[in-house]
Amino acid sequence: MSNDQARIRFAPAFRPSPLSVSGAILVGLLIIWLGVNFVKEPSEFYGLFLIGLTNGAVYGLVALGYSLVYGILELINFAHGDVFMLGGMLVATMTTAWFATTSGLGLWVGISAMLLVTVAFCATINTTIELVAYRRLRNAPRLAPLITAIGMSFILQNIGLRWKGARPTSVPDILPRGEVFTLGGVAYTWNRLIVVLFTIPVLLALIWLVQRTRQGKAMRATAQDREAAAMMGINVNRTISFTFLLAGGLAGAAGLLYALYFTNVRFDEGFRIGLIAFTAAVLGGIGNLPGAVLGSMVIAMIESFNNGFGWATPGSDWSQSIVFSILILILVFRPEGLLGERTPEGA
Amino acid sequence: MDFFRAWLKARPDYEQVVRRRGKRALVFGTPAFLILAVSGAASLALVLLTVVAVVLYVPAWNYYRYGRWVVVGGVLLLAVFYPFYQANLFEFPIFGGFPSVDTGVTMLIYIMMALGLNIVVGYAGLLDLGYVAFYAMGAYTAAWFASQHFHQVNVHFGAVGVNPSVPGIHISIWIVLLIAAIFTAVVGVIIGFPTLRLRGDYLAIVTLGFGEIMPQVARNGDHLFGQNITNGPQGINPIDPPGFGDTLNDATGVPSDYLTFNTSFLGHTISGVELFFWTALVLVLVTVFCSVRLRDSRLGRAWIAIREDETAAAAMGVPLMRTKTWAYAAGAFFGGIAGAYYAAFKSGTFPDDFFFNISVFILCMVILGGMGNIWGVIIGGGFLAYLNQEGLGNIGGWLNNHFSGASTSSDKWFTLWSNEIDVPLYSSGIFGIILVLVMLFRPEGLIPSSRRKAEFREGVSDEPLYDVQH
Repeated sequence: MSNDQARIRFAPAFRPSPLSVSGAILVGLLIIWLGVNFVKEPSEFYGLFLIGLTNGAVYGLVALGYSLVYGILELINFAHGDVFMLGGMLVATMTTAWFATTSGLGLWVGISAMLLVTVAFCATINTTIELVAYRRLRNAPRLAPLITAIGMSFILQNIGLRWKGARPTSVPDILPRGEVFTLGGVAYTWNRLIVVLFTIPVLLALIWLVQRTRQGKAMRATAQDREAAAMMGINVNRTISFTFLLAGGLAGAAGLLYALYFTNVRFDEGFRIGLIAFTAAVLGGIGNLPGAVLGSMVIAMIESFNNGFGWATPGSDWSQSIVFSILILILVFRPEGLLGERTPEGA
Repeated sequence: MDFFRAWLKARPDYEQVVRRRGKRALVFGTPAFLILAVSGAASLALVLLTVVAVVLYVPAWNYYRYGRWVVVGGVLLLAVFYPFYQANLFEFPIFGGFPSVDTGVTMLIYIMMALGLNIVVGYAGLLDLGYVAFYAMGAYTAAWFASQHFHQVNVHFGAVGVNPSVPGIHISIWIVLLIAAIFTAVVGVIIGFPTLRLRGDYLAIVTLGFGEIMPQVARNGDHLFGQNITNGPQGINPIDPPGFGDTLNDATGVPSDYLTFNTSFLGHTISGVELFFWTALVLVLVTVFCSVRLRDSRLGRAWIAIREDETAAAAMGVPLMRTKTWAYAAGAFFGGIAGAYYAAFKSGTFPDDFFFNISVFILCMVILGGMGNIWGVIIGGGFLAYLNQEGLGNIGGWLNNHFSGASTSSDKWFTLWSNEIDVPLYSSGIFGIILVLVMLFRPEGLIPSSRRKAEFREGVSDEPLYDVQH
């Protein structure tokens, strides 16, 4: 009798799994590392923070493209990073040809014109890739489009290599470098602020588009179930093409910002940035738009702190390994990311 | 003759098969033969090779007892004697001559890696984008155990061509190959243990991550926790040559040291390259044997079951994690041997050899040839490795000769581009094109296994059964 009663438990005892414990320890170590470095060199910290913010904005734009495409097709579009770099190369060509010495209002008109051209260029490439390479494979085993995406990425990389050669191409430095504000003795200049000022409205506009418009509704429906969406009268092919158009446009905008801010482009840089951005998208929760930008910020901060800090820091030699370690850890421990939904992979 | 006919009657479709293959050989072979003959390749070698190819291909050899060994044996004989007749062969148009023996060694090593990757991708259906990591592990293992790298210690065991007073760990390459294979397989299990829970493209990304981390570790490994483990960007060289040592040489006549070996046989000079070639051939044979036996084993059937439908396989009692980990370990095992042997062949290991391109390159071999089919993977691997080593250079030379504005050759047809194009520079793009074309138009590869073909044509239910929870 009493034995039966003893078996009744009212609330399960709090038992964290070994996975979550080790994850918490990792995050704790990260915070300690940041804290110690902050106390040691505060001004360094602010400087690196601002660099990370700007880089994060660039990565964020690329990551949004990954997230959009993954959200709708569950396809990792490896070629996305290379589309982005081709956009950067177009900007390099245009800037060198037209804007080497312009300033004032003419500069802004010129940059806006370049933005339009680059966005159109990259959107066209991305939509063409979808049309040529991915559409036929929509019902194939999932690995087939993934392999095709890798192939497309290599093809685009080699187009870039043919176009600009193996050496980095320098882009004229046309963004204004005036000081906006200082944080802890470190100046934040206009050329960096422009990048951040660009990403945030784009993110908001995207969220509005996906959540509030008819086209966004069609995208969400297609992402959930293509067949059912088609039965409801949604033109699935057009919706997917539109998503690729949007992602390509984002890649183009990111290419413009990247080329103008870092002032050089190289053919294989797109693949590298693409992988970082993909990691960021996974970190934030793939398919989740604010998550992509948040993840990009986090990755860029970690990268920047790692490159600059002195105490117990691996240094820039290891930044790529650190980014990929984060990717692996996130996929193993928390595949749904920081803000994402639980996926079957996370079970 | 009556006996022969009676034997045939027991196999009524024999004639049909022969007729079909004969027709196919005529349709594809005659134009090829004519093109070769017209382009100036008409020679005794061409005729002989054509006859051999027809004799091996057209009769349905597998209908005879021990018949299936005829094709295998024939191809093997052709391969074994390749160094002897390679110099007398004809030239292809555009592609140039047959690969040199040196390229042959590289081709065989890549075939081995492709066969290893085939176990992971072709049998178990796990997309591994970081196979280069295993190759790197194998190569560095060889560098650690058979070079002067760890000069603090002085260990000698069966190494040839090294003075016993030279410091470092020097272990016989044959043992090192085994150590590398086992070590790499263990690394494969360690990598696989946390990651193989993931499905499909997530697994691909994680393996890609490992593949990207590995070269960076190799490049920065000269100051890892204050230790010089990989000697950084300079890489580790020289690595000891393979060989059997003087004792075995005296007793049985096997070569004592591959690098200093030189003799004459059948009017042909046999030096180290030929020995490397034959050893690689033996290694490939071992890999093929293991691949076949693994595929037909209980484990191999479990791999294929997982590939076709993971959920159903699990429901049938296939232990998913263990089976996948074994696939990983087996793939890594052969990748490790291939890496170690390649390091011994090149006598060095350099971190720049282990980029993502190589992973995709090997994947491309498996996909082009036909996932899951050993003959397909061998042909795909050999052809792509040849392209990478010699073919693209030859094709580029031909193109530039005929179409470049800078060409001064009498063969020049017309100008398509002004300066010479360095075609091998664009190898990764060319492999990208191959990947895309194969995936779009023949996803099962050139020589598919019938089972894999059906999967690609009819689709498999590799979508998870349950949907995203909202």
